Amino acid sequence: MQLTGNNRKYIISGIILIIFLVITFRLFFLQVVDRSYRLSASNNVLRYITQYPARGLVYDRNGELLVYNQAAYDLMVIPRQIKPFDTIEFCSVLEISKEFVDNRLKEAKAHSSFRPSIFLKQVSAETYAKLQEKLFKFPGFYVQPRTLRAYPNSIGAHFLGYVGEVDDRKIREDAYYKMGDYIGISGLERTYEEELRGKKGVSVYLVDVHNRIKGSYAEGKYDTLVVLGKDLTTSIDIELQKFGEMLMQNKLGGIVAIEPSTGEILAMISGPNYDPNLLVGRPRTLNFRNLDADTLKPLFNRPLMAKYPPGSTFKIVNALIGLEEKIVFPQTQYYCDGGYRIGRGVGCHNHPSPTDLIKSIQVSCNTYYCNVFRNIIDKPSLGGVEQGFTVWKNHVESFGFGKKLNIDQPNELAGIVPSIEFYNRYFRKGGWSSLTILSLSIGQGELGTTPLQMANMTAAIANRGWYYTPHFVKEIDGKENIEPRFKIKNYTTIDSLWYNYIVEGMYLAVNGEPGSGSTARIAVIPDIDVCGKTGTSQNPHGKDHSVFVAFAPKDNPKIAVAAYIENAGWGASWAAPIASLMIEKYLTGEIKRKWLEQRMLETTLLDKSDKKQ
Amino acid sequence: MIRSNNIARWLDWPTVIIFLTLVFMGWLNIYAAVFSEEHSSIFDTSQRYGMQLIWIAATLVIALVILAIDSRFFVVFANFFYFILLGILLFVIFFGVEVNASKSWIELGGQRIQPAEFAKFATSLALAKYMSSYGYKLDSIKSYIKTSLIVLIPIVLILLQNDAGSAMVFTAFVWVFYREGMPHWVLAFIGFMILLFILVLIFNKYIILLGLILLTIVLFALISRDHRNAIRFSIGLFGLTGILYGISEFFDLGLSPYSIILIPIAISIPIVIIYTYLQKAKHVLALLLFLAITSTFSFSVNYIFNNVLDVHHRDRINDLLGIESDPLGWGYNVNQSKIAIGSGGFMGKGFLKGTQTKFNFVPEQSTDFIFCTVGEEWGFLGSLVVIGLFVALLLRLITLAERQKEAFARIYGYGVVSILFFHIAINLSMTIGLFPVVGIPLPFFSYGGSSLWSFTILLFIFLKLDSSRLD
Repeated sequence: MQLTGNNRKYIISGIILIIFLVITFRLFFLQVVDRSYRLSASNNVLRYITQYPARGLVYDRNGELLVYNQAAYDLMVIPRQIKPFDTIEFCSVLEISKEFVDNRLKEAKAHSSFRPSIFLKQVSAETYAKLQEKLFKFPGFYVQPRTLRAYPNSIGAHFLGYVGEVDDRKIREDAYYKMGDYIGISGLERTYEEELRGKKGVSVYLVDVHNRIKGSYAEGKYDTLVVLGKDLTTSIDIELQKFGEMLMQNKLGGIVAIEPSTGEILAMISGPNYDPNLLVGRPRTLNFRNLDADTLKPLFNRPLMAKYPPGSTFKIVNALIGLEEKIVFPQTQYYCDGGYRIGRGVGCHNHPSPTDLIKSIQVSCNTYYCNVFRNIIDKPSLGGVEQGFTVWKNHVESFGFGKKLNIDQPNELAGIVPSIEFYNRYFRKGGWSSLTILSLSIGQGELGTTPLQMANMTAAIANRGWYYTPHFVKEIDGKENIEPRFKIKNYTTIDSLWYNYIVEGMYLAVNGEPGSGSTARIAVIPDIDVCGKTGTSQNPHGKDHSVFVAFAPKDNPKIAVAAYIENAGWGASWAAPIASLMIEKYLTGEIKRKWLEQRMLETTLLDKSDKKQ
Repeated sequence: MIRSNNIARWLDWPTVIIFLTLVFMGWLNIYAAVFSEEHSSIFDTSQRYGMQLIWIAATLVIALVILAIDSRFFVVFANFFYFILLGILLFVIFFGVEVNASKSWIELGGQRIQPAEFAKFATSLALAKYMSSYGYKLDSIKSYIKTSLIVLIPIVLILLQNDAGSAMVFTAFVWVFYREGMPHWVLAFIGFMILLFILVLIFNKYIILLGLILLTIVLFALISRDHRNAIRFSIGLFGLTGILYGISEFFDLGLSPYSIILIPIAISIPIVIIYTYLQKAKHVLALLLFLAITSTFSFSVNYIFNNVLDVHHRDRINDLLGIESDPLGWGYNVNQSKIAIGSGGFMGKGFLKGTQTKFNFVPEQSTDFIFCTVGEEWGFLGSLVVIGLFVALLLRLITLAERQKEAFARIYGYGVVSILFFHIAINLSMTIGLFPVVGIPLPFFSYGGSSLWSFTILLFIFLKLDSSRLD
């Protein structure tokens, strides 16, 4: 190619001309051909109104409403469009002060002159009605409809969660959210945020000089459609939940009830409790601060976030491990004269003796389990303390302990199951034995379980050896499309036929003859085969916690419950009666043991709490 | 003085007149964009149009100074300017002031200046100096690399200031390369790659791949004139692909489209190799290289798009291509701009009567989106006049560049054309939704001291060189 550039200058000029020709054509199209950009000469102005979809509703398993939406109105302002207005009338309609108006307008201008800012959040419906008539007097202001959550039954605050304004970090991470949008912050509102929130839409309107909407701009060409939020159907039984929350009044602790055959959570109660309506709308900030400052920590969801030593309820796990490892058999008997007297020793209460395996559960004999536990750890074929402990730990973890169960709630604790690394660090390698860690045999020591994990374990026992990951949601938008992990059966490492002995022991613990040493006779319900296990979780700071796990009926179980009541003494004192009442309510629909119900409702255990200091 | 007489006689008045007209029109539009009833004096310096008058006055002084200086001064000090500007660019990276997410400004006595703007004429000078030096020829890879370096260093420095828009402007120097001897096919190839980038974002990669293969075969047919073999080959390749696809669907094998096309490709490779060997067809190898480069590029576009570009770049491109739309968020500027321009109609709404302008609906109205005011208030006719003036300016400058005796002046002239063209074309395209939003000003129109001065300096150095071309 020649270097004189004669050809090239034409090519360059040509390309320049072509590009500008394209630009000109596009301009022609925009300005002359496409009529939709025309705005009429009467100075019409555009307003973008975000359409917020109604958030999905939440129902219980029978279609009762747990959460719905109520209308709210945000007053918006576009500083550039403001003309001088009667501030006195403005202030009186809205019930605000002039300083407030001045400050807010200053802030809005600083944010942007031509983009809308929220002037006043969540104006009440009455104020909105009064304002709407007069809005033409205040050009630059308009109303943006919003929805807030409302809880008709005031229950379920902990697992439902609450909705609040989205924070800066989330706005940066996710382009869907803008300043002032709402987002689920905890509970189901957060886990299922994407399904519940739907999709925002935008409507572009023409507005005239009198601040009145004249119609859609460009016949809605720039509008995007709103997609409604999807409704959730949860597995919660509203009557059971209500009843449980009533029973837990003035008490601290957590109760979880699961349907064993599906893993569906029937109720989850945390005490102390609060009315979810408190965290809605403008009062939310103040109410949240008060709840947060409360020393009893009402915002804390104890079933998920509190870990306690399981106490004697853990004996059933050790029994199953012992049977599986064949170091104990149903007929194996141990004699108990008040305790296990080796080393520091473990005491035991007065009960008929000796006991076989089934009876040991019925009367909750500590000595029996000290023996069983040591035999597991020291089983010769395993080869040593560390190996024995690892085998034991694997069995324990197969019940869902020591790790998050990964349910559909945020902020779940994994609990604690100690490891050999931990003991090696604490005692040095080789410096500990089955005797050193003996407290694990009766569910004390370095064990931490959440009420959820205990309920899950109970469900696994009710099912004789497997469980579904516990979950709240049955249906999304009317369809059964829940996460696949909730449909997978998780098997424990214990053979299914060993469970029958445990179940028998738990049955006798509740239904054994008077005088036979059954620890949970208080939980008996006529005509229902309740199986249960009591526990007393030692608390170094104060009175012991009362623990009880149970399921019913014995064959074809329909409900599995775990109840923890803080600072309430023996398992049979509080946890067992409460759990038993809940079982009765769920299975029969009513309570016949009115005296027991009365006592549970009326007593308060808050003064026994060690947290008030 | 003899010198000033010469200047008056030899100065290219058409260019100067167009320049003055554009500056004046620019000022009118800034006035309209910022106008409000409260401030009605045009000299009000608290308003932008008042400030712009000051900038314009300073500009005229600068222009006169440049014209007064001997043109050899610019030739001698070309590299000096270049390195000084590089130094300032480096300085800004560490000590610059941040505006709108890019750290590319210096604050001097209360006013802010953008060195990147001035780097444009400095780079032009340096390029002109290097490419006009004794014995220089743009013919080897080495010479390409060395010459490109002059342009690449400022690009890198400006990118480090996080100002992608300004950095992009320097790619316009490809015109200079082309004028000074870069082969036609390189230009065509660059243009093709840009087109490919856009197509890949819109269409399925698989279709693009098939398209590229077809294109390669067509090119082969054109170059070698072996139409028969080309047709046979395409029938074989595409036919086999189609059959395999049909089999996969019919028996529900669920094979991915990529694995389906792999078989025909694998079969055709030995065929192609044999053909190349027998016919000693070197062009086939070149074509295969072309196919390899373009396909790799196509597949890496997605990676670049998702991992190299920032979120807001991606958003703007998506918005442009209609892939996603967010009229309230990042699509806001362009949407408002299109509405403003579109609403101007054929005749425009009239001076100071633009509603979108009046209510400040278009952000950055007096800087990057200044053309909106033209579009809204002067309509299609007015826009045509402005575009016409710009095109006239560019074509006139090309004519001037071509009549230079000295290579330095010609190369510098094309540098001026390249920079101005890039700014005008991209800025206009931005406002009408033909290009993603990048922050570059419209020459002589957009508000701002840095941009007005740097474009004036850029232009007037050339006018000075041109006026003394017969010396």
